[in-house]
Parts: sequence; C-alpha cells; structure tokens
Amino acid sequence: MNCTDFLAKLTDYFDGRIDSDLLAEVKQHLCSCHHCEVVVDTTRKTIDIYRGNEPYDLPDDVATRLRAAIMERCKCGCEKPTNAVKADAASKSSS
Amino acid sequence: MAAPTSIADDLLDTPVPAAPDAPHPDLALVARAKAGDSAAFEQLIKQYERQIYRTALHITQNREDAEDITQDVFFKAFQKLEQFQGNSKFSTWLVRIAVNESLMRLRKRKTARTVSMDQDVETEEGAIPRDFAEWRPNPEQNYSQAELAEILRKTIAGLPPGFRTVFTLRDIENLSTEETAEALGLSVPAVKSRLLRARLQLRERLSRYFRKGSEGTAKP
Repeated sequence: MNCTDFLAKLTDYFDGRIDSDLLAEVKQHLCSCHHCEVVVDTTRKTIDIYRGNEPYDLPDDVATRLRAAIMERCKCGCEKPTNAVKADAASKSSS
Repeated sequence: MAAPTSIADDLLDTPVPAAPDAPHPDLALVARAKAGDSAAFEQLIKQYERQIYRTALHITQNREDAEDITQDVFFKAFQKLEQFQGNSKFSTWLVRIAVNESLMRLRKRKTARTVSMDQDVETEEGAIPRDFAEWRPNPEQNYSQAELAEILRKTIAGLPPGFRTVFTLRDIENLSTEETAEALGLSVPAVKSRLLRARLQLRERLSRYFRKGSEGTAKP
C-alpha cells in the first residue's frame, strides 16, 4: 500500500468500515510512513476540535423566541418568517 | 515509531439504538402532531432547532438568514407533515429541507461563488496533503474560547459550500454517511469523497495555528 492507496481508504478507516485484511495493510503503512501517520493524527484532531467546540451555537433566548415565532406561524398559517426575533434583537442591540 | 492505534472507535457513526427494530421515538411525536397535538410538534422543534440552525448557519454564514431558515424549515415541515411517511429519520427529513432552504437563500443573494453544492468540488485543491507538521498535544488550549471559535469559523467558512455542508452534517451533526447522502441528494461515494477533501482542507488550514512551534505566531 502506498500513500495514495492509503488516502483512498482514510474515510473508511476513520469510520471503522474496513475489513480486517485491509486494516492490517493500513496499519502496516502507518508504521512505515510518518507523513501519513501525521495526516491521520492531525485529521482526527481536526474532527475532534470541531466536534468539541461548535462555533455556531444557538443562544437559549434566541431559541425560545424562534420557537414561539414558529408556533405562531403554524397557528396562523403565515408564509413569511415573523419579525418577532429580528425586532426583539434590534431592540436589544439599541438598548 | 509507536504503532498507531485505530481511531475507528472514536469516529463511529451515530450511536446505534438499544433496540434496533424498535420504532424511533420521533414517530410517535410526529403521529401526535399530525393529529393536531401542538405540544408534540413543539417538542420536535425543541429537539432539532439547534441542529437546523447550525446547519443553516454553516451553509449561509449569516445569522439572520439562519434564524429565518430555521423558522421556514419547521413551518414547511408542519405544512408537509402528512407527506412524512417515516421512511427516513424525521431529523434527516428536516435537514434535507434546511439544506434546500439554505442553498435557495444563497442563490437569492446572487453571489455566484457560493450558490451551488457542486461549486469548486472538482478542483484538486486539498485533495493531496501538503503539510506534514505535527501538532501540539492539545493545540486548542493555546487559544481562548473566543479566539478558537474565530479560528474554526474562519477555517470552515473558507471551504466550498459542497465540502462545508458535508463536513457539517457528517462530522459536526453526526449524521451517518448514508443519512448525509440522503439529506443532500448525493451518492454515498460522493459524500465520502467530499468528506475526505473537506477534512484534509480543514486540517491544512488549522495546521497554521496548531502545529508545533506555532505558539503565538498565528492569530485568528
């Protein structure tokens, strides 16, 4: 197995969807190729860091206002998003 | 060199339910919502509002759009609830609506660079690793929470939408490869290919901040 072959199997390796024979080949390649070992380690860290530090969370107060707006729309059948959230956000930012 | 350990256990798909043949709990809520129980529908919103908001924000990169899209997704789901037959997970059905709404929002902005899921995905950029620097053991600890969030936002925002969306659904929202393919209308091999490119490109971009010896030299 060379580096190109290894890269082609990287997603399956990360997902644990690789048969035992191929896994043995992958591990053998990783033992002999420092570059690929670094790629595996840093790619795993990339995924872990994004999973552990979601940069786009929804604040509780916005979630509550959004939910109320959705329920109101469902009740009245309004096609357009209500401005409740935006109006509230605007009043907060100006206060 | 120490033999690398398999990381498969860390990165397995979404947890398998204890009883695989048991109906998903969402189905009962959906049935109640179809029968007019608004509390059941509100419960479904509570369960998935964050996932839908994050998905929309990752695609559009705009908070106001993400809020509007979150409203639109649940409103459309409510209107089309009768069409949901339970052939896929309710959450996957919602994500698919969210992706479509988000891409439609991007098209309305008329920023040609970002309107297509297929834009830029055929380039060779990021397909082959170029940076082989090792990272510090816990590289994120060198930055404050705010700095780290800014780094992560900047790096993921730089990906083409087709890669960013696959990475978001698969690695951040923990959809399986098959669910991601279903939500995006892509084949499983296409999802795998885009996921590999997305992961490798993000890795290269983050390496600037996290590689050994970079302490304090790269700031968001």
